[in-house]
Order: sequence, then structure tokens, then C-alpha cells
Amino acid sequence: MTIIEETSSVPTPRSGDSDTTPLLEVRDLHVEFHTRDGVAKAVNGVNYSVSSGETLAVLGESGSGKSVTAQAIMGILDMPPGSIPQGQILYRGQDMLTMSYEERRKIRGRKIAMIFQDALSSLNPVLSVGYQLGEMYRVHEGLSRKAAKAKAIELMERVNIPAAKARVNDYPHQFSGGMRQRIMIAMALALEPDLIIADEPTTALDVTVQAQVMDLLADLQREFNMGLILITHDLGVVADVADKIAVMYAGRIVETAPVHELYKRPAHPYTRGLLDSIPRLDQKGQELYAIKGLPPNLLKIPAGCAFNPRCPKAQDICRTDVPVLDPVTEQDGTELPGRGSACHFWKETIHG
Amino acid sequence: MPDVIKTKTDATTDALAPPAAGAPESAADGHKSQGKPRSLWGDAWYDLRHRPMFWISSILLLFLIVVAAFPGLFTSVDPRDGDLTNHFLTKPELGSFFQPDWFGYDGQGRSIYARVVYGTRASILVGVGVTAAVTIIGGLLGMLAGYFGGWLDSIISRITDIFFGIPFLLGAMVVLNAFTERKVYVVIFALAFLGWTSICRVMRSSVITAKQADYVTAARALGAGTKRILFRHVLPNAMAPTIVVATIALGGYISAEATLSFLGLGLADPTISWGIDIAQGSKDIRDNPHALFFPAGMLSLTVFAFIMLGDAVRDALDPKLR
Amino acid sequence: MAEPSKTEGNPAGPAEVVTPNVTEVAEIDVATESAAVAAIEAPAERGEPILQVRNLVKHFPLTQGILFKRQVGAVKAVDGVSFDLYQGETLGIVGESGCGKSTVARLLMTLEKATAGEVFYKGQDITRLSGRALKAVRRNIQMVFQDPYTSLNPRMTVGDIIGEPFDIHPEVAPKGDRRGKVQDLLDVVGLNPEYINRYPHQFSGGQRQRIGIARGLALNPEVIICDEPVSALDVSVQAQVINLMEKLQDEFNLSYIFIAHDLSIVRHISDRVGVMYLGKMAEIGTDTQIYDHPTHPYTQALLSAVPVPDPEARTGRERIILSGDVPSPANPPSGCRFRTRCWKAEDKCAKEVPLLAIPERFVSSTTPAAHESACHFAEEKNVVHAV
Repeated sequence: MTIIEETSSVPTPRSGDSDTTPLLEVRDLHVEFHTRDGVAKAVNGVNYSVSSGETLAVLGESGSGKSVTAQAIMGILDMPPGSIPQGQILYRGQDMLTMSYEERRKIRGRKIAMIFQDALSSLNPVLSVGYQLGEMYRVHEGLSRKAAKAKAIELMERVNIPAAKARVNDYPHQFSGGMRQRIMIAMALALEPDLIIADEPTTALDVTVQAQVMDLLADLQREFNMGLILITHDLGVVADVADKIAVMYAGRIVETAPVHELYKRPAHPYTRGLLDSIPRLDQKGQELYAIKGLPPNLLKIPAGCAFNPRCPKAQDICRTDVPVLDPVTEQDGTELPGRGSACHFWKETIHG
Repeated sequence: MPDVIKTKTDATTDALAPPAAGAPESAADGHKSQGKPRSLWGDAWYDLRHRPMFWISSILLLFLIVVAAFPGLFTSVDPRDGDLTNHFLTKPELGSFFQPDWFGYDGQGRSIYARVVYGTRASILVGVGVTAAVTIIGGLLGMLAGYFGGWLDSIISRITDIFFGIPFLLGAMVVLNAFTERKVYVVIFALAFLGWTSICRVMRSSVITAKQADYVTAARALGAGTKRILFRHVLPNAMAPTIVVATIALGGYISAEATLSFLGLGLADPTISWGIDIAQGSKDIRDNPHALFFPAGMLSLTVFAFIMLGDAVRDALDPKLR
Repeated sequence: MAEPSKTEGNPAGPAEVVTPNVTEVAEIDVATESAAVAAIEAPAERGEPILQVRNLVKHFPLTQGILFKRQVGAVKAVDGVSFDLYQGETLGIVGESGCGKSTVARLLMTLEKATAGEVFYKGQDITRLSGRALKAVRRNIQMVFQDPYTSLNPRMTVGDIIGEPFDIHPEVAPKGDRRGKVQDLLDVVGLNPEYINRYPHQFSGGQRQRIGIARGLALNPEVIICDEPVSALDVSVQAQVINLMEKLQDEFNLSYIFIAHDLSIVRHISDRVGVMYLGKMAEIGTDTQIYDHPTHPYTQALLSAVPVPDPEARTGRERIILSGDVPSPANPPSGCRFRTRCWKAEDKCAKEVPLLAIPERFVSSTTPAAHESACHFAEEKNVVHAV
């Protein structure tokens, strides 16, 4: 498993400790949106990486920049009003932001695929699902109509759609929400990409269906040894499937950790607050802990640590100095692989 | 409700801290007027003020309205006063703007400039009059059909369909043929008689959208009556598309009037209209193009100004359409 | 609150309805209207049933044809639902999309006309009320909506939105007091009273939901029906709103019907929980009975599917993955509606509709499994706690 090793918001070249470059690496990415009311800084120096077979969960609330980062990776950001003033997005070591349009198009869909939250609006309502699934093969691989349809049926079977042969000519609206999400997954899988980015793939689904779809996604990832970036706000979904987690707040990563570590002992007050504020199914709690205040306005992110107005531990330094993502260690200084926290007081948070 | 009054800030615990000073504001809070109330109409006006297109068209239209209201300010020549010695005379002397003969003379020796100035009134009156009539009739019917639905909607929608099926100009001609007198109000009637359908449809669909909104359900749950729901909740939220369609259509009505007058079915001679002058000017287009050029140019400019204004208003009211 | 005793409030089954606390069911005429209003205005005792729902049915007709519409079927959104809401308690209603839980909310608010069945509010059947009596009911039953972005009129100021209930029910507050009352309400829900002249779009989602709650509180109601009140909010803001709702419940002695699909939140806030599936109540009981001792297979599947925010629970938890989709409510399965997806289904399930009652095998016992469950083969199974 890859270690998230950046210690500062300034990107440092990877040391040659491993011969495998990660599948995808985002370095010091910044994204801005120019609006009538000013410049909204949606992403402010994000670093993360994913390797083959690994699941990175990007956790954050609305406005944390988690989806914008994914859109920047896919190259589907609306520009303008969006712009990427600095940063790199490395696919197998190559910066996608400096590539030509043609080169980038070859990666998109073929090497990196995306699954969206709203499957109904992501599918074309006037074309049959078989046609849409087959399109990938016809366009990218030049297969005939008939061969493409056979491939489409195969894909539908792979994502466990019952009676695939009979339903290949049905239209998106004839499928239920869960089935449509499966079709989206099938589409993303069509060209056997190296990396799948799933943006809130189960948020719109019912709980019983949610479990089915997440299981399917996890199985397929294992089967094809793909990298998976799972973008979500649901701490429950993350706990079920992720290997490592990056928690985002106001366009920055505030904490990274392997999944078990994060839930056991969070090293950032925001993560701790989130974990404390969700009610549990298996126990009847007392009053919920609530993070006070509101998510920040991206047009004027608070100075210093963006979380300071809502943080119970905030000191003067938090209002002036932006904390960098420091490596988190045990009390005796033993390194905790993969852990980092962008808090001036991470020691107190994790050990205190 | 005395309990509410007694509860003061002490009840609001830390976790519920009001986002007062220091707390980050919502992302919706915007530019200079930070913290001040900003209504959606206010936002639209802010947007509009920052569009050059809005200002160009507004200044143009303001000027045209002044011309229409006080033509005497712009010329002292009687537009009906023909002097055949001036037959098709052109005398464009640069530098002498607003001189009665700057645009030249038409076939009957009348000052084209004076005729263009006096013709403005008919065009603006027809445009504004038809738009007002159409908005009232179409808006009212569309609102009733959309809000009450059921058989009322069926009846109004079918009537709308029937009227929509009649070709606009052809229908107007038929109506105008029934009148011997060709005054401005007759033309307004003829155009409004057939023109209300598009507004009715727009209003109906936006009322249907608005009445399904949760805030309407909330008002019903409070026990609000039909009148309150309609005028406080549905109408204010259904107005915007109607305003846009009406503004853009205004230009269209002006050109429709000109077309009818050109065909000899709209306004008739003692009334001065660009359409009539275009008709007369087009008879001798080869040798004396100026007699056609000036009224036609004014007509285009006016229609253009209204459509431009409509576009600006649409962009301001519905940024999603951009 | 004190757990309602089972002998008193619970009907034996939807077929034979025992409805205590009901004084009259007659048609309302002018003479009885005043009596109805008086009954509605009377204060409710703590622990008494304040709302009694009996065999509530709502079918939406499916029609064909443009001019001459003829009915070709019906979507059975709610098909015979019965439950009680006790004064001061929170009744959670959970279920997946399309189970009819939101239709129940609209029926309780008299926003839809019930096809059949009764809803007794303090003994008055609100499905048959009109005029003055209905207005009195509306003052006492309020609603908080799911989407804070569409439930506030974007063209009205916050002051006008929260003050509107006073315009509709002028007897509640004299005109001069209203502005002050609106500011007090803003304060109660944790918003700055100076924001009274702002517009909804100037607030974030959580703040808007507070405005919606303030509007619901304005008339000092006894019952608030919350239809997914926090599902559109961010996690960190959800907790704030849930805490606020609990605080207000204590402060104003409110009874809540809390409709949601998030089972964890429902457990947190509810005293009793009802589980709905395809227009019917599958199981109802106290939160411990439902979450720790579920007896209906659907409840068990639902609970087992909820992701638990604890990676340690990945292993050791049994997960019941249901096959297939929820059938269409226009054409529900015969007998038990859940049988098409149930692993326990037998012939009996296709023939007999299971009644919502305490399963026979548990009737004489005092275990927490002895609560109402509409299953022929009800059987306890703890799915929430890892074994």
C-alpha cells in the first residue's frame, strides 16, 4: 500500500524508495472559480495518491472541494469559470494538465473512468442502455454493431443485472435506481480502466440497494485490481470499503490515515467532531456532539486554519498560521505510516 | 405563545451558536452589500446594471419614448404637409442634424424626417399596448389554468391551442378586415386577440412549476387560502418567464404592425406609421432608396432595442439560460 | 417518556379497531363545529394518544385518456396503516423510497384527501373536518420539510416567512407584536434576530432548515411532522439540527412524527419506531424493540444493510442482501407484500395478508420481541450488534 508521504503543501519529488510510481498522484492542486461575487477558492493545495488495487476515500462535506478535485482529474471542470492556477495531476508519472487535448482524451474513459451520483441524468434517456454500453466499444475499439451489443450484454451480466439479454434494448427510465447505478458502473468498466473515480455512487440509493452496489464495486475492483477513489460524505460507507482516507475541509486535506486508525483515534479536531456527531445504529446515545458554526464560505476562507472558527481547541496561532499536513507519530516518536494531520495541536488531539 | 418570548439567548447552547460575528457566513453571502438583505429582484437588478447591452437598449428606448411622446420637440415641420416641388428631393447636408430636410423628401414632397419622428408614436403605442393587453389576458388565463387545473385547465388549454393554430398575421388581417376604421386601438385589438396564447402558455407552465414547490405546500399546511397562495407565493415566483417573453415579443408586435400597415391592412393614411411609409417608399426603391431606408432603419432599430432589452432581462432573471 | 402500555393503546389488528379517546365520529355540522374546535383546543395530557391513525388508505388513481379519463388502476401509496402518537413522544417512521412514508405525512397534514380510514386528533377525525375546525387543527399540527432550498419562498424575507402563520391565524398574535415574535423565534432556533430582513438564499442549508423549524413553531403547535428534516444537510450540521429539535421538544412539549430513511438518526431521536414497506406498516415498537429485537425480516434486512461507521465491524457482521427491487405500488404482490424478496416466504405468505399484531408465539411472553410485527413467521434476530 502506498504511503501518503507529503509533509508540506509544497510538493516534493518522490524519493526512490519504491520502484512503482502510484497510479495517480495529485500534487499541490489548486482550483478557483471566478464568480460575480469574487474568487471562490474551491481547492487549495491538495495532495493525494492512489495505487492499483487500492481504495482511497475522500471524505468531506459539501463545499470541501472533494468533487471539484475529481472533476479536475477527469478534466471535466467547467473552465471558465473554473481555473487551475497551480498543481499537477500525474497519471503514471505523466502530468495530465500539460498534456494535449488528444492525449488527455485517450486517458479519460479508457484509463480513468468516473461514476456519478445521479445515474438517471448521466445516461442518455433516448438511447437504449445496450446502445450506450456498446458505444464505448464502437467508438474506442471499432467493433461492429452486433459485436458491441454482445459485449454490452456481457457487461450487464458482469454487474449482475438479471435477464441482461432481454433487457439490453430497454431504456434507462425502465430500470430502477439501483439497476441504473449498475449500468453506470458497467459503462465505467467497459474499457477496463486502471482507476475508477466514484463520486457519491450510492448517496441517491436506498440502504438495501446501497449495500448491493457497494459490494459490487468492491468485488469488481478486486477482480480487475483497479485503483478506486471513493468520494463521499458518509462515514459508514467509508468504514466499509476504504483502505485509506483523506479528510477534506475548505479545499484542503486536513487528515490522512489508514481506515482503522482514523476511526480509532482521529488526529484532527474536525475528524473527531464528525465521528462524534453521527448517531449510532447499535446504541441509543445521549445528546449528539455537534460541530458549532457553519461550513466556511469559499469566497473568504478564514485566515490561518480554515476550521478555527468552529474548533473547540482553537488558539491564537490557529487564527494566523495555516497548519501544514504534518506526519503523525506515536507519543514516543514512532512513525505511523500513512498518517498526517493539518492541525497545530494534532498531538493533543490524538494523544491527549 | 408566551413560552417563546421568555426563551432568550441563554437557551441557545454553544452547539447552536448563531452565526454572529466571527462565524463564517454562508457561501450565498456576497459582494459589497455583505450582510444586507438581497432579494432576488434586487439581485436581478444588480445583474442588469452591469450589462452594457441593458444600458444601450434602455437609452435607445428612452429616447424613442420621448420622441413618441413629444414629437414636436424634434421637428417643427408638419409631417402631413406635402410640397410637390420637393418630390423625392434628397439634400443630405452633413452637420445640419435635426433639420427638417436632412432625411430628404418622399414622393409627395413630405419631410421624411418629420414623418419618421411622428411615426414613432404609432409604433411604440402598438407595441406597448399589445404587450400590456396580451400580458393581462394571457397571464390571467394562464394563471387560472395552471393553478386550478382540472376541467378549467382543459378548456383554457384547448382554446389556447385553437388560437395558436391560427397564423398570427393572417388572423390579424381577417380581424382587421372586419373594421372600417383603422385606428391604433383597432390594430392593438387585432394583434392582442391572437397574440395572448404564447404568454398564456408560458404563464401556465411556470405557475404549475411554482405551485408544486414545497413553500406552497408549507403555506397550505399553515391553512393559507387560495388568494394568499396565489398572490403571495405562486405569482411572484412565476412572473419572471412572462416578463422575459413579453419584453422580447414587444419588438415583434411593432414589426407586425409595420407589416400589416405595409400590406395596407394596418394603420391607414391620416395616421402616420413607419409601415405605411415603408410601403410607399418601396414602390420606388431603385431611384429613391432614401424614402425606404429611413423608416425601415428606425423600425429595425426599435425592434432591435426591445429584443436586446429582453435578452438582458432574461439573462438577469434566469442566469441558468445563459 | 413512559412507555405506553400495550393493553391500552394498541389495536389488536387493523380489522377490529379499538380506538380509545374518541368521543364522536359524526359528520360535522355548524353545531358540532364549535364542539370540535373546543376539543381541539383543549390541552392534551402527557402520555395520552394525541394522534390516532386507523386503517389509513391513499390510492392515487391511474387514468388514461385526455378528455374522457377512465381509471385503469391505482398506485396504492398507503394501504391500511394504523398507529398512535402519544403526547410528548417521538414516533419515527422509516422505510425506503416509495414505501408511502411521505404520503402518510401529507395525509396527516390534510394536504391530501385520504381514500379511506381515519386520523383522530384529540378524538376528532381530521379527515372529515372543514372550515373553522380544520383551521384549528392546522394550527396545532405543523410540518418541517425535507428540502430547505425549496420549502422557503425565495421572494419573501425571513421575517415574512416566519410571520406568515400569524397573518393566516391573526388571533394568535396581535399585529403590533408580530415582528418581536418573529425575532424571538429566530432566537429560539439559534439564528441572529437581526437577520429578519434577509432572504432565504442568503443562508446556508442548515440555517434555512432552522428558518423552516421557526415557521413550524410560530403557532405553538402540539404535533410537528418532520419529513426527512435533516437528510439534505451536511453531517456536521445534521447534529446541530437534531439537537435543536430535541431541545425544542422538551421546551414546548411537542410530539414529533419523524420520517426518515436514515435509521441511525431515527433511533437517536425516536421513542418508538414504525417500519413501512410498500404502503403498509411492517413492524412497530419502541426503539429497543425494533433495533435490538427486530422480528420482521424486512426490518432485519434494512438494519443489516446500514453501513456502520466503524471499520472493525466489517467482519463479523451478518449482512442480509435483499435480491431484486421493491415491487411497484400500483401492482403489489398478493398476501405479504415483502414475500417477493423474503428468504422465509412460503405458500402461506402469498395467500394470507399478515396482520400487524404481536406474533402469537410472543404474546404471553414479556421479551422485547413481543411487539407488533406483520409477519407470519416472525422470529427474533439481532442484526445490529456483531456477534
